[in-house]
Formats: sequence, C-alpha cells, structure tokens
Amino acid sequence: MAIFADKKTRVLIQGITGRDGSFHARQMLEYGTQIVAGVTPGKGGQRFDDSVPVFDTVDEAVQAEGATASVIYVPAAFASSAICEAADSGISLIVAITEGVPVLDMLRTVRYVSDRGARLIGPNCPGLISPGQTKLGIIPGQIAAPGPVGVVSRSGTLTYEVVSALTRAGYGQSTCVGIGGDPIIGTNFIDCLDAFEVDPQTEAIVLIGEIGGSDEQEAARHIKEDLSKPVVGFVAGRTAPPGRRMGHAGAIISGSQGTAAEKIATFRENGVEVAERPLEVPDFIASALGG
Amino acid sequence: MDIHEYQARELLREHGIPVPPGEVATTSEQAGEIARKYGGRVVIKAQVHAGGRGKAGGVKLADGSAEARKFAEQILALEIKGLPVTKVLVAPAEEIAHEAYLGAVVDRSSGVVVLMASSEGGIDIEEVAAKTPELIYKEQVDPRYGLLAHQASRLGFKLYPGDAGRARQAAGIVRKLYDAMIDAGASLVEINPLVTTPTGELRAIDAKMNIDDNELFRRPQIEELRDSESETPAEVEARDVGLTYIELDGDVGCVVNGAGLAMATMDLVKYYGGQPANFLDIGGSSNPEKVVSALRIITADSAVKSILFNIFGGITRCDDVANGIVEASRQIEVTPPITIRLTGTNEEEAVQILESAGFSAMTDMDEAVRKAVQLAKQHE
Repeated sequence: MAIFADKKTRVLIQGITGRDGSFHARQMLEYGTQIVAGVTPGKGGQRFDDSVPVFDTVDEAVQAEGATASVIYVPAAFASSAICEAADSGISLIVAITEGVPVLDMLRTVRYVSDRGARLIGPNCPGLISPGQTKLGIIPGQIAAPGPVGVVSRSGTLTYEVVSALTRAGYGQSTCVGIGGDPIIGTNFIDCLDAFEVDPQTEAIVLIGEIGGSDEQEAARHIKEDLSKPVVGFVAGRTAPPGRRMGHAGAIISGSQGTAAEKIATFRENGVEVAERPLEVPDFIASALGG
Repeated sequence: MDIHEYQARELLREHGIPVPPGEVATTSEQAGEIARKYGGRVVIKAQVHAGGRGKAGGVKLADGSAEARKFAEQILALEIKGLPVTKVLVAPAEEIAHEAYLGAVVDRSSGVVVLMASSEGGIDIEEVAAKTPELIYKEQVDPRYGLLAHQASRLGFKLYPGDAGRARQAAGIVRKLYDAMIDAGASLVEINPLVTTPTGELRAIDAKMNIDDNELFRRPQIEELRDSESETPAEVEARDVGLTYIELDGDVGCVVNGAGLAMATMDLVKYYGGQPANFLDIGGSSNPEKVVSALRIITADSAVKSILFNIFGGITRCDDVANGIVEASRQIEVTPPITIRLTGTNEEEAVQILESAGFSAMTDMDEAVRKAVQLAKQHE
C-alpha cells in the first residue's frame, strides 16, 4: 500500500514536450512510473521518445489511454488552465509542479478541482513518490526506499535531506508527499495525515513544516484529536525575519503570525515531538517505532 | 512586492475611492512648496516599506510651509527598521470625526478573499483581532461569484449602524476596494483609517497594498511601481539573476539549493552558536553562473567571515555547483574561508573537481555547519 498513487496508477504528463516536462518524464519512466500519455496542445499525434503517445487535450488522453493521474509541468501563466482541464476531464489526482502561479488564480482553481471531486497536490511542489512503486514529480528516486514511514512536507530539498537520512538509517517510506510552498495549495497537511492514518503500510509519520500561515498549527491539533499513529515534526525558519518572503511564496511571517516558534510550541502542546535538526528525525522515528 | 502608501492611494483613487489629495517630495524644499500650495496644516509621512512609521518619528503634523520643510528634513534623514527614508508624502491634514478600518486579504486557511471592517480604525488591526475579534466584521468572497453586492452592503451597515448614508458610501468603497485588489493582483489591501469628516463624508486617508509577486509577469504597470531604492543593491542584483537573497545581520554566508533547506541551514548555523549572514537559494536547476553570482553577492557583504555551501543534489547536479565554485574563485577574490557540503547527484565528480582546484568537500551537513561557524569565530 501507499497513499494517493501506486504502481498501478496510470499517469499522463501535461507539458511532456517542454524542457522540464521531458526531462522529468524520462526520470519517471526510468523509476517505473506508468506514463501512458502526454499532453501538449498542437503536438497531438506525436510520440514522446518514440513510445508515449502525445495528445492535444487531456480529454483525448483519458479516452484513449485511461489515465487517472496527471503531472503538470506547464509554465505559470497556463498552469491554472491545465489544472482545471485535468479536473474537468475526469483525472482524479493532479500534481502541479509549476512554480509562480498567481494566488488569485489558485483560489478559483482549488475550488474548481474540489467541486469535481479531484485531488490537487501543489502547485510549486516536488510531487510524490511511493518508493519501489511509482513517482509523480521530481523527487529523486535513489534517495527513497520502501518502508513504514509516511513523509509530508512543504519543501523540496529539505524533504530530500530528511528522506535520504531516513533511508540511510534503515527506515524506508510508504509515500513521501511534497504539498508545496505556496500560500494556496490543493492538498494540505491534514489531508495527508488522514490518508497515512488509514494506510496499512504507514506506521509513523514525518511532518516537515516551515514559517508562514497556520497549517502546522491546525495539523498539530488534528493529530492530537484524530490520529493514532506517531508523528514527528520539523519546522524550518526559526531564524527567518518577519515580513520577508523566504523563497517560497507562502513562507512569510505576517506581523507576529506564522513564526517557527509558534508552530513548534503548538506541536509540543499537542504532544507532537519536534526535531531540532533535520538529521535528528530518524532518531525520533526510531523511538516512535519502538527502536 | 510592497508598494508605497502614495502608490496604493493612487491605485485606489483610480478605482473611484475618495482619497484626499497628496503629493510626494524627495527634498525638504519640495515638501515646503507642496505645503504652501495646500495652505494650512499638512501631514508629512515617510514612504518606506516598514510598519511602525509613527512610532519611529516618520509621521508629523506641520503648521504651514516652514514647519513642513523642517519636519520633512528630519524625516528624510531617518532610517526606519534599517531602510533609509527617501520620499515623503505631503497631504492636507483632514478634520476627523470618526476612524474605521477596511481591508481585504487572501485568507490562507479558508482559501478565499476575506473582507474585513472594524469601527476600531487607525490602530493596529492585528491587535484588535487578537484582543477583541468581535469588533472585526468579516465577509468571505466565494471565488466562483466574486464579491456580491449584499456582502458589501452588510459590511457598510455593520460599520455605521443606523446611518444609511454612510453605510451606502462604505458599501461602495468596499466594492471598489475589492476591484482594486483583483486588478492589481494584490494579496492584501488596507484602508486604515477610513475617516468620516465632520460633514459625514468618508475618506481613505492611509492605504497599504501588497502585490503577489507571481502576478507581476502579467501586470507590467504594477511592476513599474517597484522601488529599487527600498531594497539593498545586493537584493536587486540577486533578483536580476534569478536568485532569492535576503540579507541578515550575521557573519556566516550561506549558499543553499532550495528554500526549505536554506532556512533549515540558517537555523542550524544558529543552533551551533553562529549567526547566518543571509538567506540565499540558488534554486533547483543550478547552472555554474548562478553559483558565481551567488558568491559575488555574498563576498560583497563585508560582515561575512565564513562561507558555507550546503547542496543536496537531486535535480541540482553537484558537479555544476562545484564548477561554479571553481569558476567564481578564478573570477573574484574570495577572502573568507569556504566550507562546502554536497551530497547526491554527481557527488563524486563534484568532489574531484573541487579537490583538483584545491578545495575540500564534506558530505555531513551538521559537520559542515559546525565547521563554518567555527571558522567565522576564528576570523572575528
């Protein structure tokens, strides 16, 4: 088992002929992801790397190849439209890697996707990997290994750092999900926590948060009330100054809201252990899993 | 992107919101001239991207042209939260019978635009929200329909109960405020205070707007409002080459790939007793030139005593970063010692490249951070 995607998931790639889309499509194919179609308007009828059929619209790709998930690499100006097209064509899992999507667009897009019963992960995220089965996005395959730890994070390379440390320490992962660094995203911490809670493979969960917003605080309260599996937290940005956007559009302390100190305190008040350093996470997982 | 009060006032005025007159001056003489033109009492306000201007002495009431000149000179000599004041807004002082607050913000947890109004105007709205949240009236805007007329009207009557004239004026301003937000691609717009004059007219005295950076590619007229003087030259240079750089007070310069890891690296510097000099994200696909620019920006900060590279190669290739470091050391003189930690994609090639150029590389993040902190202390 895993959450959101496994080896049977039939994946299409929107923007497969672009620079990023083609590079990561090859990486995914190499990892074993079932890429059944690509979509680039105007390039329908071609084949990507002489194998994957390319279509003009998501509708055609779904009809012809039965794709159920889509990974989006189109530029920011077209990302909202690509997400809505996927949702409107019956895709149930949409992973938007694109960075720089306007927030006001995302307000409508997130609503549109949920109205159609689809799940959006991202935007501005590394996607997800269910080690040994499939990956949808850009998480490097070699750092992960199958196992009992679920990982959910707002970040990219910091997630790789922690996943890699877990793997080295002998703790493989069920699924690692990067939910994205933007203020408005499709899938949040609580959605992932709930999915890990009911996933039989997952025995412990790592949650990697950062400054800005209140998702971590809401997750902390949710963990106390509704989760039985142990969760280990980490929060980046203890030294971040207020009012400055720390790379991610959503990583900003507004006034006195959204500081790392506030988030860490809320985790601890709700019984969630918080690692001081990223590489300490495997030690906490070891004790959570009973050595 | 932050824009100045005078720019936000102009955007609101263009949308039909009643904003009283006001002009910008960059010298005290100009400020005096503007005050003479208006006659009577004027307000002089520092135009700087920092809160707490009043407390810092950046807002003053002047009686006549001579005093306006004197106060403008004082304010233009100020530095507020590290930012030099280069412009002041000069506006006629308004007669104020009542002050209210009006704002619109993208609310992250509910995923909608929330409009807010409070009769407690002119003060810190965050404080009102924390202490007396019942005094803030809210309307959530469903993104499928936009702001509906009855929502604006409801806020108007909440602000001015029993006063239909003012309630209707306020409802009109609420609708225009929302339009201004959407047209500018803003994530926050505030009128604080929204004042009532003694004759019962509403006026937007102070305006604040934050623009979503992701909107700028399609709003060139908003991008033109950017005030590069309000950023450090290093931050401007970084943006031009596509790096995210934020200057801090410490002495350990950090070059990292990825925003989350960059923050975690700064935190680790602090954890091991040092102080980070900056946040710097070289991004995912690092070409060697970005690394050269990064090193140039960091070495230009004279406070930096030690430089730390922390690279986790995924999509970023470690050999690209290594080539960048070697190239930079040829192009520019790097005096502070460099500690390099890299691991992941093409790590072995990277180590070879670095070693043949006389650098050494580490793979353990904690070890590297400890060493960089220690080197900064030795060079104090």
